[in-house]
Amino acid sequence: MIIVDNVSKYFGEKQVLHGINTQFEEGKVNLIIGRSGSGKTVLMKCLVGLFTPEEGKVLYSGREFHHLPDNEKLLLRKEMGMVFQGSALFDSMTIEENVTFPLDMFTDQSESEKLDRANFCLECVDLENVNKLYPAELSGGMKKRAAIARALACNPKYLFFDEPNSGLDPKTSLLIDELITKITHDFNTTTVVNTHDLNSIITIGETISFIYQGHLEWRGSSDNILTSDNATLNDFIYAQPLTQRIRPK
Amino acid sequence: MFRQLLITLGDYLIFLRQVFSKPAKWSVFLKKWVFEMDAMGIGSMLIVCIVSLAMGSVITLQTAIQIESGWIPSWTVGFVARTSIVMELCPTIISLLLVGNLGSRITAEIGSMRVTEQIDALEVMGINPASHLVLPKVLASLIVNPVLCVFSIAFALFGGFATVWITGCITTYHFIDGLTYCFRVYDVVYALTKTCVFAFVMSTVASFYGYRIEGGALELGKASTQGIVVSSFVILILNVVITNIML
Ligand SMILES: Nc1ncnc2c1ncn2[C@@H]1O[C@H](COP(=O)(O)OP(=O)(O)OP(=O)(O)O)[C@@H](O)[C@H]1O
Ligand SMILES: [Mg+2]
Repeated sequence: MIIVDNVSKYFGEKQVLHGINTQFEEGKVNLIIGRSGSGKTVLMKCLVGLFTPEEGKVLYSGREFHHLPDNEKLLLRKEMGMVFQGSALFDSMTIEENVTFPLDMFTDQSESEKLDRANFCLECVDLENVNKLYPAELSGGMKKRAAIARALACNPKYLFFDEPNSGLDPKTSLLIDELITKITHDFNTTTVVNTHDLNSIITIGETISFIYQGHLEWRGSSDNILTSDNATLNDFIYAQPLTQRIRPK
Repeated sequence: MFRQLLITLGDYLIFLRQVFSKPAKWSVFLKKWVFEMDAMGIGSMLIVCIVSLAMGSVITLQTAIQIESGWIPSWTVGFVARTSIVMELCPTIISLLLVGNLGSRITAEIGSMRVTEQIDALEVMGINPASHLVLPKVLASLIVNPVLCVFSIAFALFGGFATVWITGCITTYHFIDGLTYCFRVYDVVYALTKTCVFAFVMSTVASFYGYRIEGGALELGKASTQGIVVSSFVILILNVVITNIML
């Protein structure tokens, strides 16, 4: 479980996050939703330690991430896997090398063990026959999936996805959503997903934190998101003509 | 302006401290080191050799033309050519050439990794990106640049010799006589010391400018130019300093 306690983040004078309080539960898909520029990516980067929040703390099963000594921070980092908005695969390495890379760095497994693990992870994300290709030779959706495979390599307890289905067609996007749910339930990970994809919000959100202009505006789950009476949230959810049609009266 | 300079210098020193920390895994580090040496060394060999040949040839010709008077012994040509090639032209000019060649490559590589969040990805994995990416490059250039410098000296001297032989401005016997006249090993030590210092400046400054890019691809071009300008400038200043200390 990850607890976010009163986290604020400033860039110079500009305050981007205003005292966010929320929590992400183990074995569940936890969504962070909000409009573009609302601060989702910044919040996620605060969670994984790429940004240090000026105020507040982030607790990983009781461990306060930003104040851990360096060596314990490293141990905690090995329990995390992250998939970036732009995939962030290493372009100088093949897909296979990308996936084995965390294993190379942190384990003493033999080459064949690493290869088995890499193939298992690639199978999990439904990628085959791409082992020897470079990231530049894959399509956007395949890159996303390869990045997910890399994040899975070290058996993480905490998984972070920054907009896993932005720029993908509805079908692939659905596949990725299913994949995320499956991984979370199979491996009992604490999964945090940034998204503004309505379909994901409705289908995979077991807990949902809605961020509006850096404030936590609403917290709930996919069961009650369509029926909430929060005006800002409704504005967000029912912005498109398609969703307006399904709006309960 | 002055304050900005100090801040940048401070950032650079902090960066260096991150770079020089123990690699997480030696086997991975060694592999990367060898790879970098190969990529840098082989990639620049041709241009270094061509430039050196031309440089040696021109410096010999010019010296020969300048001292075409009866009372200066003709072995002076070889002596002057050797001294300028070994002590100044090869270490400094070749280092500046490599700044444009290898330095910009390093900035572009590290900068594009920054822009596409690959460096963030390393950090989230619990790897020190500065040490993982930059240390092999710095150590590789500390080996590659001196080796290239030695090659360059050899080619420049050969270029001079070939010029003398083809144009016949003096006899090759006199030229060789001049080349070997009063040869001091210390001159080569001095040249290689300079090259190593310049290699360090080039690789660390280039990496630094790539590493701290914020923003997109536009910044990358800017950073690359900045890296080249700053490292060339620092190299020229250090050249004066080292010469004062060592000679
Ligand atoms: N490094 C930074 N320096 C300064 N401001 C930043 C930085 N990163 C983000 N911001 C600002 O923080 C705000 C939130 O940005 P963020 O990237 O978190 O948005 P987001 O919710 O992820 O949007 P999107 O859905 O488009 O990805 C934006 O107004 C942005 O300008
Ligand atoms: Mg974002």
